[in-house]
Amino acid sequence: MGNIKSVCNAFEHLGEEVRTFETIDGIEACSHLILPGVGAFPQAMANLRERGFVAAIRAHVAAARPFLGICLGMQVLADEGEEIAPTKGIGLISGRVRRLDVPLHIPHVGWNNVEWRREHPVFNDVPCNVDFYFVHSYFFEPADPAHLLAVTDYGRDIPCALTDGGCVVAVQFHPEKSQENGLRILENFALWDGRLGC
Amino acid sequence: MLKSRIIPVLLLQNGRMVKGRKFSDFRDTGDPVSASKVYNHQDADELVFIDIEASRAGARKNRDVLYRIIEKVSVVCFMPLCVGGGINSVDDVVSLIRIGADKVLINTAALENPDLVHEASLAVGSQSIVVGIDVKKIDGRYVVHTHCGQAPRPELDLASCVRLMEASGAGEILINSIDRDGMMEGYDLELLKQVRVQTDLPVIACGGAGHFRHLYEALIDAKVDAVACASMFHFGDNSPLRAKAFLKNKGVLLKKI
Repeated sequence: MGNIKSVCNAFEHLGEEVRTFETIDGIEACSHLILPGVGAFPQAMANLRERGFVAAIRAHVAAARPFLGICLGMQVLADEGEEIAPTKGIGLISGRVRRLDVPLHIPHVGWNNVEWRREHPVFNDVPCNVDFYFVHSYFFEPADPAHLLAVTDYGRDIPCALTDGGCVVAVQFHPEKSQENGLRILENFALWDGRLGC
Repeated sequence: MLKSRIIPVLLLQNGRMVKGRKFSDFRDTGDPVSASKVYNHQDADELVFIDIEASRAGARKNRDVLYRIIEKVSVVCFMPLCVGGGINSVDDVVSLIRIGADKVLINTAALENPDLVHEASLAVGSQSIVVGIDVKKIDGRYVVHTHCGQAPRPELDLASCVRLMEASGAGEILINSIDRDGMMEGYDLELLKQVRVQTDLPVIACGGAGHFRHLYEALIDAKVDAVACASMFHFGDNSPLRAKAFLKNKGVLLKKI
């Protein structure tokens, strides 16, 4: 799915050891799992299912290890997506993925401000309302407002960072393309043990 | 709210960065990878790379050089990268995205074959397809040019081109004035306004910036979404940081870091 290389480049720049997986062989040895991605929801879910990634991701999360979804990698965590045809998602964060319904240009592309609604270790030291790089036509509407970490202002408040309340965090924007503030999020994630609070 | 973008343009020739005037008289302006790093630190919002050799004389000889540069840039610059020059197939588009480009800039091939824009947008998404249109004023009329400004195409009506590119799946339009290129006397605002009313797509102004006030005119008077600059940053001590300080004082909404 999509441009994995940029995400790898960013973590390598931060001095982290990165492995990419086309099959699930060895994936259980990873301390942190990242699902990046651009593309369409149904195709992505089909790929993830066929290759056993859905089960591998569930096992990683069940072991309380940190998981980060980026862009489409966030959206597939939902119960269901409506892009092209209704498609079941992985269901790690309850909610639906819907088409952006704002009277503005779709896709939403460019630098937009992110307003934090809750504190989270992965977003430590990232100021409120600094800009991140977005590219998307669909957005994740969480069923439980307690899962909402941040919104962006595109016609109205659009959810753009979520958590399952445990070891899963997900962002709609691209930290790997958002310069210093983006790299800080990736670094925080790499240092995170998957637990909340102190 | 989406922010106005400031985009340094890096023209590439034989692995070096160059800049000319009116699409000719190119001068060496340094190493593109070092320049990209500097622009990254100077808070540029995006970078555009154009391989100016690639679309001339049908040459594809320096593809490897371009690819190596983009690969090197993508490990030091964590911002959107747009790459163009001589792209004429979906394979070109996919390869560039795969090595680290976020967007591709298609010019001649898009205008000659709008189906390519359509197919490329299906392959990588409209958001990654920027169509570049080079324009020169001849006898009071804006004439579209292809092949890096070398081929006038009077049969292509500018307004129709813009609409056709949008309908074909382009995600953004970069409009470049050949007359203003490298002259540093301001963007062709009339040209930008004509393009602006033809499309809802983001429009990037290119060609002519020499003073920060030119950026303001394009963003506010001509209502473009982004301003591309080369000479202004290459020659002299202006930088995206200083441009942004000027624009912020005038109330333009820009990326906050």
